[in-house]
Amino acid sequence: MSAFPTDFVRLTNGQSVALDSVPVLDLECFQASIVAGVKGGCRVSALFGAASPQPDATRLYAVLADDNQNLLLAAAADVTGDAYPSLTRQCAQVHMFEREIAEQFGLRPEGHPWLKPVRYRRSWTDRDVWQRSADETILPAVGDFYRVDGEQVHEVAVGPVHAGVIEPGHFRFQCYGETVFHLEIALGYQHRGIEETLLGGPDARTIHLMETLAGDTSVAHATAYCQVSEALAGCAATARGQALRGIALELERMATHIGDIGALSGDVAYLPTASFCGRIRGDVLNMTALLCGSRFGRGWVRPGGVGFDVDAKRMTDLRRRLDACEKDARVAIELLWRTSSAMVRFEEVGAVPRAIAVELGLVGPAARATGLARDIRRDQPSGIFNTAQIPVATCKTGDVYARAYVRWLEIQHSIAFIREQINALPEGAARTSVTACASERFAVALVEGLRGEVCHVAITDASGRFTRYKVVDASFHNWPGLAYALRDEEISDFPICNKSFNLSYCGHDL
Amino acid sequence: MIPEIVARLQQKHRTMRYPKAAPPPMPDRFRGRPVVHTERCVAGCNNACEAACPTGALSASTPKTIDLGKCLFCPECAAACPHQAISYSDNYQLAARERTDLVVPRERDEIEAKGAALDEALRKLLGRSLKLRQVSAGGCNACEADSNVLTTVGWDLSRFGIKFVASPRHADGLLVTGPVSQNMALALKKTYDAVSDPRIVIAVGTCAISGGVFADRPEVCNGASSVVPVDLYIPGCPPHPLTILDGLLRLIGRIG
Repeated sequence: MSAFPTDFVRLTNGQSVALDSVPVLDLECFQASIVAGVKGGCRVSALFGAASPQPDATRLYAVLADDNQNLLLAAAADVTGDAYPSLTRQCAQVHMFEREIAEQFGLRPEGHPWLKPVRYRRSWTDRDVWQRSADETILPAVGDFYRVDGEQVHEVAVGPVHAGVIEPGHFRFQCYGETVFHLEIALGYQHRGIEETLLGGPDARTIHLMETLAGDTSVAHATAYCQVSEALAGCAATARGQALRGIALELERMATHIGDIGALSGDVAYLPTASFCGRIRGDVLNMTALLCGSRFGRGWVRPGGVGFDVDAKRMTDLRRRLDACEKDARVAIELLWRTSSAMVRFEEVGAVPRAIAVELGLVGPAARATGLARDIRRDQPSGIFNTAQIPVATCKTGDVYARAYVRWLEIQHSIAFIREQINALPEGAARTSVTACASERFAVALVEGLRGEVCHVAITDASGRFTRYKVVDASFHNWPGLAYALRDEEISDFPICNKSFNLSYCGHDL
Repeated sequence: MIPEIVARLQQKHRTMRYPKAAPPPMPDRFRGRPVVHTERCVAGCNNACEAACPTGALSASTPKTIDLGKCLFCPECAAACPHQAISYSDNYQLAARERTDLVVPRERDEIEAKGAALDEALRKLLGRSLKLRQVSAGGCNACEADSNVLTTVGWDLSRFGIKFVASPRHADGLLVTGPVSQNMALALKKTYDAVSDPRIVIAVGTCAISGGVFADRPEVCNGASSVVPVDLYIPGCPPHPLTILDGLLRLIGRIG
């Protein structure tokens, strides 16, 4: 029906295919298909480099998500030498991916409009796009920044160490008076080399690396990894395990969303909602701890299902706490919507138009706030979401208000979903054993984390070990959205714009 | 104003009475201070616990030890042991002034006998007003989140005179999280240098103590002490807010 890449292999979320069934295309066809796919409505979920069996070549893999047809499309192409033509000018979604490939593999995308490092680290190969010598120290955020010149234009630099208790990043504003012409964001301070550490796995450390990729998204990343493991082993998690993973995922979403709404209120000095929500977020984290012992769900999601089962007493306790939390959250958050002095700070601030969200490939609440009904739980369902539906919450205005209000809708949907799962929890074991990963397979898993799509792609060698494990956190897609949202805004609105996206630095930096 | 007052009545007063009253109860599945029941270990055991440990925190040699500075408090070792020789207690008190005191089975009372508090002169200076600059250095944001939670109404950290401040120039010390990525090492050092003497450093979380799950990667230093001197270690992945609060209150001599 659609003109989508027919030369790509088709798979669904949480499925694996033989590695040799992923077509290795001519680079020109590969790139043309990506552009055609994106024009036809696909999203670039992942685009990454890997070792190639061909001499002096690097293999690029692309995973496109066709949300309308619940399909994933994958293909590869070899790049020989150290350069290839950039796609970024035709397809903005690949901007950061091409920079990442340049940094990791020393491949220059010719014609890339803004070729800078992503994480300020050394190349995995002996090639370096920026011709830095092997003994040269690489300092984060050191290099050229986009500059606006003019008599009254000035530059504001913030970070890496910020005023609050938050992660490090560097923000460079080009300002004309109070107005921001341009914001450039330089990250990489949190880089811990996770993708390299995963090579040769899985091993005893693997699941823990997944749980600490982005601390507040432990469940989503662990779930994506478990789905990849299960796909590679050719088995499935138990029904009960899948339902409990769904509860874990929605509790994770609720906790952060409630915290975000509180933090946004705090930023506009509306303290009642800020202090109520700060406490209610803790109540949600304690629900997660009730079920698995850890407030962040550590140790809960495991290949084959979950590491901690529940009993009737625990479920009763959870239901009681959920009721109390719902009431408290409703009172605390509805207070905010009714306060016009707070709303005036949210409305028409940091707006991202829907067309820009599509072009940049935004995901999660940031995309849904622009009216895009884009949600992995509905579009590319896996696990419990194959059978249980959760409504997609959208808003239209794309501003701080919309990003906040979408979160409130999602909190309510999550509560309803968890209740539904408690009442109809499947019987049977919470976990089953999972065999070792099959050899020479290619697996993809997507999970709708609290910030949007979390994408994991694994490639195994002849002995079932990871020769490449790609992680794309939602933040990797959405940081350019925040930079866009600041255009022509007042610099004093940066904090609320930043909080309304609430992106992960460590999830981006890996 | 009226809706705010009504909401305030509905939400109630929520600040906990601790440390004057008992601390909030820990969930029954909470993994606090681990306990090794060496009497249950059998001769010729294949030491599955050691193999299951993702960070090498557990050493099966005699005597069997668990280094809380490396421990992720994950369920793997306890699950791997066929003799139930390892379990987690609900003891949330994990902080120690010296790195060597983090190794179980070092007895808790033995550590407490040494006292966790700052020396008299520092305590006089900081005991009633401790301002901390938080530096996230390669952390996953869980330690940051559960440190930050202490500032919410439930915990109300400022009633102890402890506050997170916006600048190292306003601070008496640093609270460091994360393994200290190479890309944050310089920023951490500069932030430390910007704090005036006398100053203290608190390492929160397993990463900040030993590098945690990221230890020995070339992209990270193995914890805060590789860049700055550390005065208090608070283990956990992440530590429970109560574990952090307990460590801070011992340090300023409010409890213990």
